Amino acid sequence: MIDFFGSGAYDGPRVWAVIVALGIGTFLVRFSFLGIVGDRQLPAWVLRHLRYTAVAVIPALVAPLVFFPAQTGGQTDPIRLVAAAATLLTGWWTKNMLLSIICGMGTLYLLRAVFG
Amino acid sequence: MAFTTTKSAFWEGFRAGAPFLLVVTPFGIVFGVAALDAGLNLAHAMGFSVVVIAGAAQLTALSTMVDQSPFVIVIGAALLVNLRMLMYSASLAPHLRHMPTWQKAVTAFFLTDQVFALSLQRFETLGDESVWRRFMFIVGITTIMAPFWYLGTLIGAVVGQSIPPEFGLDFAVPVCFLSLIGPALRTGPHAVAALAAAIIALLLRDLPWNLGLAVASLAGMIVGAELQRQAERRAAAGTGGVA
Repeated sequence: MIDFFGSGAYDGPRVWAVIVALGIGTFLVRFSFLGIVGDRQLPAWVLRHLRYTAVAVIPALVAPLVFFPAQTGGQTDPIRLVAAAATLLTGWWTKNMLLSIICGMGTLYLLRAVFG
Repeated sequence: MAFTTTKSAFWEGFRAGAPFLLVVTPFGIVFGVAALDAGLNLAHAMGFSVVVIAGAAQLTALSTMVDQSPFVIVIGAALLVNLRMLMYSASLAPHLRHMPTWQKAVTAFFLTDQVFALSLQRFETLGDESVWRRFMFIVGITTIMAPFWYLGTLIGAVVGQSIPPEFGLDFAVPVCFLSLIGPALRTGPHAVAALAAAIIALLLRDLPWNLGLAVASLAGMIVGAELQRQAERRAAAGTGGVA
């Protein structure tokens, strides 16, 4: 039986439980209006909030990873900060995801080669 | 005749999806590498990519699993990242109203950021078109993209362990996330929402179970929505309209 509320390491069956639960949950989110609710109009305030999910959740997720990376034991690393800024600015400027990834990793390699 | 138009809708989707391979494949590789780094095996990594097909949510699940967060937190945090898909589903629903349920289910299963963006753009610009052609367009996008998502994951999971740490692949995960943010910062409210969410997440990073992520995300959404509401009100007042 899966322990839903306790902490603990994730091994074989517990990982598969995550995969199945996340698969079902993700499908239900995607299927929600297409197949369950129908094309009923959402209230304007709900739509307004949903518009900002991606730009709120992903920065909240990534900021701690950038400022306090696990690889350095949580020590802020200026090289990573600059590489992260390069990724963000390139993506904002060009609207091109791939170019943004290339510039970010390129900046990381370059700065490490110079200062590392 | 119906046959040839069906075929062309499929190939239009196929061609429209093709450029995204350059994004989807590396993203898959990053997930494969990260999955094995997190202590999962090859079957787990492939299981995630085949069953879930949502890279950002999969990476979120990994990071909360590494923290040994409780099961409900792992699922909750990953589904929070997928909340944007509620909007995708709502936006596409009026265009796919007459689709048979099995086609809606297939569409939903493969409703990625790219499928959403390409489909909505087509449905809004092309106007009248049978739902079967719309379905074939979506099938076309998926046929070219999904295999490369699986292939990327496979490559990452197989070769990831032999890539030396000098390549800084651990940093590829944040870089992938960051590359999603830049193009999404279309307006002032988007940028302020992102900044607010990031700052709050940094301040609350020591809260247990990734609660900081949930609080910061919701706060960012509220900030963005409120700024938009004020801007709309100002615009309405400026043009003499009644809001």
